[in-house]
Amino acid sequence: MIVMTKDTMEIVREQDVVPFRNRVREFSTKIGMSVVNQTKLITAASELVRNMLKYANGGKVILEIISNNAKTGVRLTFADQGPGIPDLSLAMKDGYSTGRSLGLGLPGAKRLVNEFDLKSQPGQGTTVTVIHWKHGR
Amino acid sequence: MDRIPILKMGHFLLVTIQVDLYDRLALTLENDLISMVSQTGARGVLIDISAVSIVDSFMGRILGNIASMSRIMDAETVVVGMQPAVAITLVELGLTLQGVYTALNVEKGMELLNSKMDTNLEQEEDEEDQDDRND
Repeated sequence: MIVMTKDTMEIVREQDVVPFRNRVREFSTKIGMSVVNQTKLITAASELVRNMLKYANGGKVILEIISNNAKTGVRLTFADQGPGIPDLSLAMKDGYSTGRSLGLGLPGAKRLVNEFDLKSQPGQGTTVTVIHWKHGR
Repeated sequence: MDRIPILKMGHFLLVTIQVDLYDRLALTLENDLISMVSQTGARGVLIDISAVSIVDSFMGRILGNIASMSRIMDAETVVVGMQPAVAITLVELGLTLQGVYTALNVEKGMELLNSKMDTNLEQEEDEEDQDDRND
């Protein structure tokens, strides 16, 4: 896996969400991703960044353009130092939420991207990594 | 503070969302719309999202809230102009906007609201007729 472009953004306030989404759009436009795939990736990113703000008071996101066996894609890594998720399988269930939301954020984001990885250590934080390839597969 | 303008046209309220909504702006819109429905006695709310490129679960919930609250206040809500990519994404996300009427564009949305008003009026007249007969 080769990293071609890399950027890091701190997300600490709700106002950081729109500029962050625009940055994701720039990255996906740069590799020629279609509008539908861009919209999926940005929506997933929006869900994840919102979770980070809501449950961990923010964190940072690493944006990368990666290339692997002639496939190009955007990789986003959301890292926070919040309370962590005690039960990962419950958190990935549709409709489950501890925060009075619709509970679509994590499972929905997973459905929207090609690769999704969630790691969490209670008390230490959560890291979510997603990859969306240029052609959406 | 930023605000999304709400226009009153006849019995309806029109909102065109031209910017990417951040949370506070969306919540302000929700509040403003419900107050306007109450003040003006509007019978319908039309929300044009043709310029909105991202609808996530938060934004979807706001649209659902506006529709439910308006309905309690006797007004119907129609969301118009959704971009195809947004529709595809919403369904995969698992958000089907239940209870929210949708139309392809502003024109069709207005037709839908008008037809809803007509059927409501007919029902009211029917009820009145029945009342008359009962008298």
